Amino acid sequence: MLVEARSDVVATQEGTEAASTPVKGRSLWHDAGRRFLRNRAAVFFVGLLVLIVLFTIIGPYFAQYTIEKVDWSILGKVPALGGPSLANGHFFGVDQTGRDLYIRVIQGTQISLVVGVLGSAVAVVVGTLYGAIAGYFGGRLDSAMMRFVDILYSIPYMFILILLLIIFGRSFSLLFVGIGLVSWLGMARVVRGQTLTLKNREFVEAAVATGVKPLAIVIRHIVPNLLGIVVVYATLLIPEMILLESFISFLGLGIQEPNTSLGALISEGAQTMQYGTFWQLGFPLAFFVVILFAFFFVGDGLRDALDPKDR
Amino acid sequence: MIAFILKRLAVAIPTLLVLIILSFILMKVAPGSPFSGEKAIPETVMKNILARYGLDKPQWQQLLEYIYNIIFRFDFGPSFVYRDRTVNDIIAQGFPVTVKYGFFAFIFATVIGVAMGIFAAIRHNSWGDYLAVGFTVGAQVVPNFVLAPILVLVFTLWLRWLPGGGWNDGQWNYVVLPVIALATSYVANIARIMRSSMLEVLHSNFIRTARAKGMPGWQVIVKHALKPAMLPVVSYLGPVFVGMITGSVVIDLFFSTGGIGQWFVNSALGRDYSTILGITILLGALTIAANLVVDILYAWIDPKIRY
Repeated sequence: MLVEARSDVVATQEGTEAASTPVKGRSLWHDAGRRFLRNRAAVFFVGLLVLIVLFTIIGPYFAQYTIEKVDWSILGKVPALGGPSLANGHFFGVDQTGRDLYIRVIQGTQISLVVGVLGSAVAVVVGTLYGAIAGYFGGRLDSAMMRFVDILYSIPYMFILILLLIIFGRSFSLLFVGIGLVSWLGMARVVRGQTLTLKNREFVEAAVATGVKPLAIVIRHIVPNLLGIVVVYATLLIPEMILLESFISFLGLGIQEPNTSLGALISEGAQTMQYGTFWQLGFPLAFFVVILFAFFFVGDGLRDALDPKDR
Repeated sequence: MIAFILKRLAVAIPTLLVLIILSFILMKVAPGSPFSGEKAIPETVMKNILARYGLDKPQWQQLLEYIYNIIFRFDFGPSFVYRDRTVNDIIAQGFPVTVKYGFFAFIFATVIGVAMGIFAAIRHNSWGDYLAVGFTVGAQVVPNFVLAPILVLVFTLWLRWLPGGGWNDGQWNYVVLPVIALATSYVANIARIMRSSMLEVLHSNFIRTARAKGMPGWQVIVKHALKPAMLPVVSYLGPVFVGMITGSVVIDLFFSTGGIGQWFVNSALGRDYSTILGITILLGALTIAANLVVDILYAWIDPKIRY
């Protein structure tokens, strides 16, 4: 698995006709790209994710209300008049307090995606470095570092997070810190395990023999070879982070009004469902489900493409 | 094996201490006190109150006494908000409820999940398999706080089969919906894990050998494939247990079952610090114990594993 060949990530379809042309090297990433593109469901959901992201960028220009504007003409008659309608500009209807659900769903989607991607990014950066260093240097350092992860892992972080949010007041940054703090633990374990198998390989030996410094070996030789498993794990982590945020929002400890997230919208919608205002649950839930589905499928597709064991 | 268990214990005990100290410090740095009301309390009265709860001693002494009381007397101290109750009383009231539906949900998730995973793996790429996979993916993206209202809507408001809340001393029909709401996503996860590990096992050489010597299909599954295929599921049981404890917050809030989760949220909102502290530590200890049991179970099933 050569790192230098990563520029061919973009897959070419004429892999079978390669015999007539000069033989081109096939890297793992090249192969993985081809396998991924062959996975229809994964490609479809990548497209869907792109569409959703585009929608959250372009959608606000069509909105006719702001997230906090209460439509007084509908308030109090929400079950009868608040449904989705093109005529009055509430494309997704209004929520229980007469605010436009279209723009709120867009904002909720943005927040949920940001939470998921940032939480996952923390995991990638911190977890990968931590795991790679622990795994590569081994010995005392490894066991000390992994014991530390073990200890953090078995603390019921959800309760600690709830405590933090209650004690220091709800804030978006604290939520990020809390989610970031827990997200990297699993990544560190996975990466460490992978590093253990990598560090005895020939290319590492060659690097050691030519006098490359240990930290440079970790950064230049170990980490790039871990990218496959890191990418898969990070993609699968995003929906988990979104679920975590929505759970916090359900408890009313997440993002503060008038701002909103998909979790908060869903929990509001679920509470008012019995009055027949199904759109209040339906629209945010649809976005939520599609996003989670998409990340799961893309993650699965990436795993099938990048994990040589499953070939 | 004994050495292994001792090694795991050597991690579990410091973890528990870290948890207690961490939550204790969090409580101490929290702004405001449960006794600060709108009306200022005379200084002597305040002094008496602080003495009553042992808050006039130095911080480190409070911490040591707190840890000592928990470990040697299983005493979490008095509640700061309910004057006539101790934290132990509150735990004794809420905990059995959580344990009851949590236990059923745990059994339900494991049995149904494993059965579904085996079924899907045996009938790989059949309609049954696709149906099972569809369910596992679908149940994963519907969190329990969405599932709970939908269940109530269908089974309580439309069909009128089951009560939509309350506990009624754990009468069976009050337990059904909480158990389903709590267990469904874990059924899905266990089924997914079981299916993929079973598929992997079924493709291995020793299964081919068993088939080749003419062993009937179901016997191959039960005698040879089940045990190795169960390994990933066993290691997942720890997270399942933790998730059920966390999920009980949602279940208690939504179904008003009066379990420990409801007390946790209520006391958190009411700033009843000693109760939150007690519940956090109790649930943390359970989490740590569960992980310990799972680790030991894992090592027992798979002799290759030695950390």
